Amino acid sequence: MKVHLSHPTRDVVIQGPKRVADVFKELNLIPEAFLIIRGQDLLTEDETVADGDSIEIRPVISGG
Amino acid sequence: MRCRKCPKRAVLGLPRHNTAFCGDCLTEFVRTQVQRAIKAQQMFSPDDRVLVAVSGGKDSLTLWEILLKLGYRVDALYVDLGIPGYSSRSKEKVEQFAKVVADPCGSQLTIHAVEEDAGAGIKEIANLIKRPTCSACGTIKRYQFNRVAWQNHYDVMATGHNLDDEAARLLGNVLQWQEEYLQKQSPTLPASLEGFAKKVKPLYRMTEREIAAYAVVNRIDYLVEECPMAKGAKMLVYKEALNRLEAESPGTKQRFYWGFLDRQEKSSSVASSMSQIDQTTLQPCTVCSQPTTAGTCSFCRMMARAKTTVK
Ligand code: SF4
Ligand SMILES: [Zn+2]
Ligand SMILES: [Zn+2]
Repeated sequence: MKVHLSHPTRDVVIQGPKRVADVFKELNLIPEAFLIIRGQDLLTEDETVADGDSIEIRPVISGG
Repeated sequence: MRCRKCPKRAVLGLPRHNTAFCGDCLTEFVRTQVQRAIKAQQMFSPDDRVLVAVSGGKDSLTLWEILLKLGYRVDALYVDLGIPGYSSRSKEKVEQFAKVVADPCGSQLTIHAVEEDAGAGIKEIANLIKRPTCSACGTIKRYQFNRVAWQNHYDVMATGHNLDDEAARLLGNVLQWQEEYLQKQSPTLPASLEGFAKKVKPLYRMTEREIAAYAVVNRIDYLVEECPMAKGAKMLVYKEALNRLEAESPGTKQRFYWGFLDRQEKSSSVASSMSQIDQTTLQPCTVCSQPTTAGTCSFCRMMARAKTTVK
């Protein structure tokens, strides 16, 4: 699957299918600090992302 | 995962409330929480005119949208800091939201451009007076926000500060034992002296993640990119530490900040003591006549220093 990340902007590819919770683990990210978006939809941690999917992991923490 | 309130698919789990919501139920939940915050902290009434400070980020645009949806009389102020690239991109988001969402509701956007007003962007001003950009920026934003609120007779100024912001700030203040700042960490700070507008934070009950989810669900097109000056900010370290604790023990952030507010309320009437302090120490600035504790306000002093350095 293709994963789009921000700060800095980059794309990584990881093996699917995988549950969202495991995507977080693989990338060593805290779920509380991100949203997972597929198309226009938000995904909860128990959902599975297929290998052919593209998702965005969007940070929600701002510095100001 | 299913929504806990209806049969639809959940879009967000809220471990701190041990629940999960679909898009519609999340929207209702967030709006209810904001309405509750406004009531509980006596922020404003439907007759009051509210000025929201918007940056183009998720919190401020979401706040503007929610206040419109709740039927409040709200306008917005955007301060264009003149940061190359970032400022034009954030302004574009704000203007787009103003046109598509706010304008049809009769809500207006005011833009203050620092470069037009001062002849230099925020970075140059900060360089001239040898202060960190964020500190000069804070002085300018606070000043302009208050000036616009005062000149246009707004009753209240609202900012998009959320639970994560307030919990992180509280952690920082406690770690350094900044007791004088602790006093000012209430979601409602009363108006003091003529011209010093009341300040409120209607999103203090919502986490950043809930707000971002609300923005995505409600198609609020905000700027995900951060201000380039924010990198390495102390606040981010505190926020990350709190999120690690939150992951281990959901509800940590709200217990920390709301618990602080409960104790503050019990120990003294901060609101009244705050405005008493202000009443006795604030006087009109000798240059611009906005309230200040010094003869000349920090904004006017800063701008005067920037000007003498130019010569
Ligand atoms: S990060 Fe600093 S410079 Fe950027 S908007 Fe915030 S306070 Fe201003
Ligand atoms: Zn629902
Ligand atoms: Zn002044």
